[in-house]
Amino acid sequence: MTAATETPHLPDPSPIVLEKVEVRSWKVPIALSVFALGAVVLFIAFARSGHTTFRFTQSVDAIKLPDLTVPSAPVSIALAIVAVLMAAASWWYVAARGRVPGWFAAVFAVVFLVGFLDWAAEGDRPLPFTSLLLGAVTLSVPLVFGALGGVIGERAGVVNVAIEGQLLAGAFCSALVASSTGSMTAGLVAAAAAGVLVAFILAAFAIKYLVDQVIVGVVINVLVTGLTNFGYSKVLAADPEHLNRRMTLPDLPIPGLAQIPVIGPVLFDHSIIVYIAYVAVAAVWYGLFHTRWGLRVRAVGEHPQAADTVGINVNGTRFWNVSLAGAVAGLGGAFFTLGSVGIFTKEMTAGQGYIALAAVIFGRWDPIRATLAALLFGFASNLQNTLGIIGSPVPSEFLLMLPYLVTIFAVAGLVGKSRAPAADGVPYVKG
Amino acid sequence: MSEATEARTPEERTPEASVPAPAEPGRGQNLLREIMGGSLVISVLAVLIALVVGAVLIAVTDPAVQQASGYFFARPSDTFQAIWNAVGGAYTSLFQGAIYNTGKTDFASGIQPLMNTLSAATPLIFGGLGIALAFRIGLFNIGGQGQILIAGAFAGWVAWSFPMPFPLGLIVAVLAGIVGGAVWAGIVGWLKARTGAHEVIVTIMLNYVAFELISFLLRTPGALQAPGTNNPKSPAIPAAAQLPGLFGVRYTVTWAFVLAVAAAFAYWWLMSRSSLGFRFRAVGENPSAARTAGIGVERMYVYGMAIAGGFVGLAGVNQVLAAAPGGFSSGFDAGLGFDAITVALLGRSRPAGVFAAGLLFGALKSGGYLMQAANDVPVDIVLIVQSIIVLFIAAPPLVRAIFRLPTPGTAPKARRRPAVKEAHGQ
Repeated sequence: MTAATETPHLPDPSPIVLEKVEVRSWKVPIALSVFALGAVVLFIAFARSGHTTFRFTQSVDAIKLPDLTVPSAPVSIALAIVAVLMAAASWWYVAARGRVPGWFAAVFAVVFLVGFLDWAAEGDRPLPFTSLLLGAVTLSVPLVFGALGGVIGERAGVVNVAIEGQLLAGAFCSALVASSTGSMTAGLVAAAAAGVLVAFILAAFAIKYLVDQVIVGVVINVLVTGLTNFGYSKVLAADPEHLNRRMTLPDLPIPGLAQIPVIGPVLFDHSIIVYIAYVAVAAVWYGLFHTRWGLRVRAVGEHPQAADTVGINVNGTRFWNVSLAGAVAGLGGAFFTLGSVGIFTKEMTAGQGYIALAAVIFGRWDPIRATLAALLFGFASNLQNTLGIIGSPVPSEFLLMLPYLVTIFAVAGLVGKSRAPAADGVPYVKG
Repeated sequence: MSEATEARTPEERTPEASVPAPAEPGRGQNLLREIMGGSLVISVLAVLIALVVGAVLIAVTDPAVQQASGYFFARPSDTFQAIWNAVGGAYTSLFQGAIYNTGKTDFASGIQPLMNTLSAATPLIFGGLGIALAFRIGLFNIGGQGQILIAGAFAGWVAWSFPMPFPLGLIVAVLAGIVGGAVWAGIVGWLKARTGAHEVIVTIMLNYVAFELISFLLRTPGALQAPGTNNPKSPAIPAAAQLPGLFGVRYTVTWAFVLAVAAAFAYWWLMSRSSLGFRFRAVGENPSAARTAGIGVERMYVYGMAIAGGFVGLAGVNQVLAAAPGGFSSGFDAGLGFDAITVALLGRSRPAGVFAAGLLFGALKSGGYLMQAANDVPVDIVLIVQSIIVLFIAAPPLVRAIFRLPTPGTAPKARRRPAVKEAHGQ
């Protein structure tokens, strides 16, 4: 990434410079070693004597699976040893083949995670595995919407730091409209419309007036915070009889699929907005990589001059796709109100938009990867909730810190080779 | 995103060159055009637009206006009267809460709001200088919150852990705060220099890390928690390490304000007179050219972020040693990190500009509270006004279009010059 940052992309008169493909990067082995060391310290030096119980079934489920009880210390120690061996193997991979395969890092992550759960959940109370995953999916829904909004915007070449503002505006307007009209569908539409309005501001300033996009994004977030706080105090709180009543979307279990143990309740027993998220992920992925629309979006984000030369209206494409991104992110805002707690409270998005932005980057500007990153962040924060309930030796603050630390790790090391769309954040001036 | 900051610099130069040279108009007319289209007028007009938007919001949500507008066509004068009362009343309170309270009889109590403004402006100036310094190097420091938290915690911890006589204890605590902010921001510069990690992402993430870290330390006995309590709150700062009142205990303004003036001068000297500042600006203008000229760009990122963090850290020092010396809890940054970004943008990253912008936003802040208490206008309107000011400042062509102002450097009806340069805060 450093090499790329030195060379400005657009005015480069020289022909295409081929990058070196075989770069021996020691970042992954270093990262894995750090985690393996952590595993050794936690699982062996602070080994816990009792048993850990994993519970896979909720009381309401039709098909019941038995609890799994294992002795904590032997399992976590064994997994720590596996982690150490895998870290060592990653050094060998880099030395011998130049890089560590992706599946290897994924397996390492699973080993570390299972070891950690085994270690942290030791005690009499079982670890509710299903609700741990269920909560992870639920908490990541707004992140998924926000990340998709971010991916669309950035693929079109406009950095979308205003995701936070779009989520917040969506949450406010969905609560306002749903409670005043009594229709939750209207609330969802209003959320998307609010996101589009915020996106219009971003698009106007970033595309027409060429203001630095990160600056506009940050300022829009402050503006929306001010507007929604103001609106909450003067409009919503002023008329509690009619406005901001508690309204939540009903759960719609998918027949058949919802009865599958573990997977069913985790994935197929949700309100409509979660299913919309599933569809949106697939649609954005398919659209971006398999349709004419996606090709155009990526063209204006990678090389606007080339796109302009073949007759694509660069700024028009950017404008409408930033608006589309706003609609997606705004819809995610409705999850905070209609999808979960049912009412709007001040600053209820609490920085989730920034985490969605991190998911975009962690996910390398790819809708599927960004969704996985969002799920990871959702999992980390729900892990904190779950361990807080069953009691664990890890202070909750450190678990809350985890997604952020992982992101820093990711941007510093693991995704170091990933690149933003080349013209991301660069306004296009024709001529 | 990662190339946003770097790639922008050469890009923004190109369109300017393509603007055709204007025909030479009369000299006096040219001067007038420069003044009318210049940045000061733009700034003033941006403030004006923001106040108008604020007035609209106040009027629309005012119950008296809503009532009178119900029979608008029967008696429109009532509606206008109600609007005048609502907006006029709110903005009068804003003035009285920010500058001078005309309701008081003696000067000493009448001037109290101005003193509140100065003390509210102090952390904004510190933070704004730090963010501005990073801007000048082409770095976008959104990590003000984290830097303030860590710096404040450093300063506080040193203040109560190492009791020392008056000036010494204070000086050591202030320096500890600067070091805290510098270390926390230096991590960002180091990561960017070593791995190319984008500073926007890393600073945002470190904000949350700092918040969780401070929350943890504040509820851990033996760390930052006050001994003998269960509350997540720190001990009080010993008097020897507090920043004393500038005009006695009557007013809230402390010596931190003097420190802010000194910081602005230090910033000016660093950026305009020192060789390090020259290198900073060179990297900010064009990192590739700076590298060609033999400047260690990566090193400048580390130094720059660390110094920026030191300035921002002073805002944390102010919060802990002056604003609330009775002990702090985890939210003591009070959103200053983001406010500071708007201050730096409004001040166009110049020391005098940041200072003035800090004073303006400090005034809005301190006046906002009176407006909330006296006129039932939520203090959040200050956020709205503040962000609208910055949005319009960042887009001079929009302001010029609204007020039909001439564009400086062009003949009448010539092509508009792109606004990227101003927007970047250069």
